[in-house]
Amino acid sequence: MSLNPQDLKYAKTHEWVHVASDASGAKVATIGVSAFALEALTDLVFIELPKPGKQLKVGDTFGEIESVKAVSDLYSPVTGEVIESHAALSDQLEQLNQDPYGNGWMIKVKLASDAGLDTLLDAAAYQKQCSEEQH
Amino acid sequence: MAHGGRMVDFAGWSMPVQYSSIVDEHTATRTHAGLFDISHMGRLRFDGPGARDFLEHLLTRRVHDMRPGQIRYSLLTNDSGAVLDDVLLYALNDAAGGEYWLLVVNASNREKVVQWLQPRLVTVQGVSMTDVTRQWAMIAVQGPRAIELLQPLVDAPLTNMKYYTGVECRIAGHGGIVSRTGYTGEDGCELILGNNAVPGVWQQLIDGGAKACGLGARDTLRLEAGMPLYGHELSEEISLWYCGLGFAINLKDRSFPGRDALEMTRMCEGVTQRVGIVLDSKRVPREHFPVVNAAGQKIGETTSGTFSPTLNQPIAMAFVSAEHAAPGTSLAIDIRGKHEPGRVVALPFYKRK
Repeated sequence: MSLNPQDLKYAKTHEWVHVASDASGAKVATIGVSAFALEALTDLVFIELPKPGKQLKVGDTFGEIESVKAVSDLYSPVTGEVIESHAALSDQLEQLNQDPYGNGWMIKVKLASDAGLDTLLDAAAYQKQCSEEQH
Repeated sequence: MAHGGRMVDFAGWSMPVQYSSIVDEHTATRTHAGLFDISHMGRLRFDGPGARDFLEHLLTRRVHDMRPGQIRYSLLTNDSGAVLDDVLLYALNDAAGGEYWLLVVNASNREKVVQWLQPRLVTVQGVSMTDVTRQWAMIAVQGPRAIELLQPLVDAPLTNMKYYTGVECRIAGHGGIVSRTGYTGEDGCELILGNNAVPGVWQQLIDGGAKACGLGARDTLRLEAGMPLYGHELSEEISLWYCGLGFAINLKDRSFPGRDALEMTRMCEGVTQRVGIVLDSKRVPREHFPVVNAAGQKIGETTSGTFSPTLNQPIAMAFVSAEHAAPGTSLAIDIRGKHEPGRVVALPFYKRK
């Protein structure tokens, strides 16, 4: 199931975030990279994601994504523990372009706090940033 | 993640890195035809009865024996033998049969080369230099279908022209120069033509099935073809004797700037060598990454790297010491702290059939 990009929050560094509560009521953030950024990269050749258990703070590097042209770090928009990592992506990079808000998810992080959430952009603000970057 | 823009400023020219996808553009050039705007390349024209002699005493390769229509790859060195640029020299005849010369230089070196040449021109008679870079545009049509697509637009018999030859001709009714040259490892041509003629010619080639390609694909193509790029495999700091370009250095009975210095340093030839490296992983080496041996000791450094669309694996060119330069040698490239294993392969990575 793909998430609706209009309902997501975005980091200025192009990661998208979807926060939901799990069965125990803990907040879990699903994180990926926006279609706009993936489109800009094109020609993806490599992705590296963290293993479950990794502790992340807002702004930490959680992985890297590489295209023919360049490598980019992936930055955590949240603070918490990685509980799932989408390892299968490394053999299915096309999933990122085909379904960036569904099968293109990268990690799930159990939030330790709400740190960083209030600085994320909503879809409209993120869209505005993207159109500015295009010029 | 940082956003990667598609237009870049390159030596003062606004250039497209890619029109669509680097891999798509690359593959189109290997299998069909790619079209490149290379107007940023510097074009210096030399005229006059002293031009041939001036160029003979300027370049690392002989000029005095060049016939009209010939093109020669050469290097331009300063008095200490440092490489100022790598160039193509065209020997041409105009419509009236008059001889003139065109020196195609790298965009990033054009101003440096012009400034270096000007005082030398003052001391010789009968030669004038004109920088025609901005008066003329330059496009490359490369790939197995390039000749077939281009021939209807050009009144020169392209299939009869040998590699590294060029002539004045009519291009879609406009005056220009066509040459059997390129920087992709494919068959093809480069065109020099008036700026006003470009849009029409460009569109006709696109309509014929050529794919517009940017600087990104130009780099992956030349890398697979094992061709050096100034600023990467060539620079004033890298000894010419390490570059594997011995064919482009003629010292015997020659005099040109740096000739004696090059003869003195010739004993260093091959002490360090330019090699090709392929990696087993998918991570991509870029320039200035350390090359290490099995013990993790640094044995060299990469100068260019990319993900090869043809080989479907990462490739790099690097300078390594001679004992690690044989094809088949196992080594690794340090990619942001991780030693990614690979091996030396003979250049080029790709050779057309």
